Amino acid sequence: MADLLTRPFSWLNLLYISLAAVIMLGIVLFFVTYAIYFERKVIGWIQIRYGPNRVGPKGLLQTVADVFKLLIKEDIIPEKADKALFRIGPMLAYLPAFAVIAVIPYSEKIQFADVNVGILYYAALSSITITGILLGGWASNNKYAIMGGMRSVAQMISYEVPLIMSFLGIVIMTGSLNLIDIVEAQKDSTWFIFPQIIGFITFLIAGNAELNRTPFDLPEAENELVAGYFVEYSGFRFAFYYLTEYVYVFAMASLMTVLFLGGWDAPFGLDFIPGIIWFILKFMLLVFYLFWVRATFPRVKTNQLMGFAWKVLIPVALFNVLLTAVLKILNVY
Amino acid sequence: MELRTEEMLLNIGPQHPSTHGVFRVVVKVDGEKIVEATPVVGYLHRGTEKIAESLTYTQIIPYTDRLDYLSSMLNNYALVQAVEELMNIEVPERAEYLRVIVMELSRLASHFVWWGTAVLDLGATTPFIFAFRDRELILDLLNEISGARMTFNYMRVGGVKWDAPEGWLEKVRDFIPYMRKKLKEYHQLVTGNEIFLARVKNLAVYDGETAIKYGLSGPNLRGSNVKFDIRKNQPYSIYDRFEFEIPVGENGDVFDRYMVRMKEMEQSLKIIEQAVDQIPEGEIQAKLPRVLRVPEGEVYTRMETSKGELGIHLVSKGKDKPYRLHFRRPSFINLQIFSDLLVGNTMADLPAILGAIDIVLGEVDA
Repeated sequence: MADLLTRPFSWLNLLYISLAAVIMLGIVLFFVTYAIYFERKVIGWIQIRYGPNRVGPKGLLQTVADVFKLLIKEDIIPEKADKALFRIGPMLAYLPAFAVIAVIPYSEKIQFADVNVGILYYAALSSITITGILLGGWASNNKYAIMGGMRSVAQMISYEVPLIMSFLGIVIMTGSLNLIDIVEAQKDSTWFIFPQIIGFITFLIAGNAELNRTPFDLPEAENELVAGYFVEYSGFRFAFYYLTEYVYVFAMASLMTVLFLGGWDAPFGLDFIPGIIWFILKFMLLVFYLFWVRATFPRVKTNQLMGFAWKVLIPVALFNVLLTAVLKILNVY
Repeated sequence: MELRTEEMLLNIGPQHPSTHGVFRVVVKVDGEKIVEATPVVGYLHRGTEKIAESLTYTQIIPYTDRLDYLSSMLNNYALVQAVEELMNIEVPERAEYLRVIVMELSRLASHFVWWGTAVLDLGATTPFIFAFRDRELILDLLNEISGARMTFNYMRVGGVKWDAPEGWLEKVRDFIPYMRKKLKEYHQLVTGNEIFLARVKNLAVYDGETAIKYGLSGPNLRGSNVKFDIRKNQPYSIYDRFEFEIPVGENGDVFDRYMVRMKEMEQSLKIIEQAVDQIPEGEIQAKLPRVLRVPEGEVYTRMETSKGELGIHLVSKGKDKPYRLHFRRPSFINLQIFSDLLVGNTMADLPAILGAIDIVLGEVDA
């Protein structure tokens, strides 16, 4: 797949690339549809209820019905909103969410772009989403929305620092920013969750905050801000913000699988099961974790959130970088 | 260059997810910080007190159901207590016991709703469902004895409307150990959670003296280490026959008010347990004339509801209808301290503080 990019330009190649992108979009949308279903089911089980079970067999078409409902809803743009920005907001939030998926390797063969600086690309692009969220909050001309937008920006900028620092340890260990190299390195030694356990934990927490999910869902805290930055959005623009959130769940869980859980590497020598299955299993485990946390935790406060990022997570992540570097020099790895 | 910043006026409610009904607060915020807050009430005002003046005493009872609709049995009692006091009625033993059982069940049901919603306001969704699951069991019990889920209209002047159906007392007895187990689960899920503690400890602190100055009552008062519960300090009905404690807090923060209510639930279970064991057979309604004519005079009676002191000031001119009926609604009076508690706290604390006061808009607006 990746070699398509390096071939000389021809219309056929362009067609292939476009087709591949559309297929990927299909896969991502399929994931989002069933991630939402899965989330509602998991939370349902935890909360002693059934979850969706009416639309389609076992409620499997519930999300599809929800999306159709959003599609046929009236598209409302508030009178006093900044109309151009209001329209751009959701798109600007969604585009990078979809773009970051390109660099993630799902198995040896399935990857869209084998970029040398894979994780850097991920970190850089994912921060563009903040702009989309802030734009949406600002353009809505709504007080709740602007507060949600501001919270979101403060939170995502603060948590990007520990997020990136927590995978620096891996970069030191492997000497590469390429995601395939990182997985190959784990195949040769052990999964990085073991030597990089501190990094894994900080990544898990910072990643959760980066996704704006409970207990870090302050930007959309319904108890204070009703819905936060997308309070004025309806119909498909709203769906785009929603989609962004879940595509990032997809991307973040994939990235964590690749960085810490050995990607498609089979544990215990169970090589006869294809790598992609292993990838999906590990990935689902992380997704389940995110849903589980959402069902059981209350939300933190803005000042606590900031304090936690700057006073706890960043020093711990920095310490991890230092420790890894020292161990690397001592040739322990 | 100097940036000019200004405070923002934010109107929260009357339609807002965490105002627990149609309640409105106008807050002035400086970023996330609340500088000024003005609560606006009255969206659910129905003029209960005025309506009561043109109704007979039995007809007023359904109206009291709709004051604090989460614990209607307690409100029922407040009215019949005032009338019985003024008429000097001797209530049969069995009726008193039934009243205590349903009142304590009602108190539990009310505290469940408080627990679920107060924690929901902090962003945790699961406790809400757990609380409503267990509340439903209580509502089933109360439904069985009164015929309604929430607006019971169960008590009458001089007794209660229905005797306990067959097997009902056994069901109540079975409910107690189940609920004790569930209360432990509640503590496991929420009370020990670090995020929860970080949110509620040292939040909205006031001492006992301030609480008394504001006229607070119920858990809002006891959370600030004032040991005052009308069930103990001025026993009414047959509360002097039961053994129970009055839990109090130490610091007077949101966490203490939380713990007071959690411990109160255990005490309520204890009272129900004793009442179910002691209940005698016999009449459930005192012999009274069909039309109640309350002798001329006035009376103030008070009782401890799940929210605090519910007082009734009843003035009678000897007719079958009250001349004036006033409710001292604890939710309304407890709400007075709300705006003072908000100042200096953040937006995220607003639902937490409101949740800890535990208001019901039906009672605030009456």
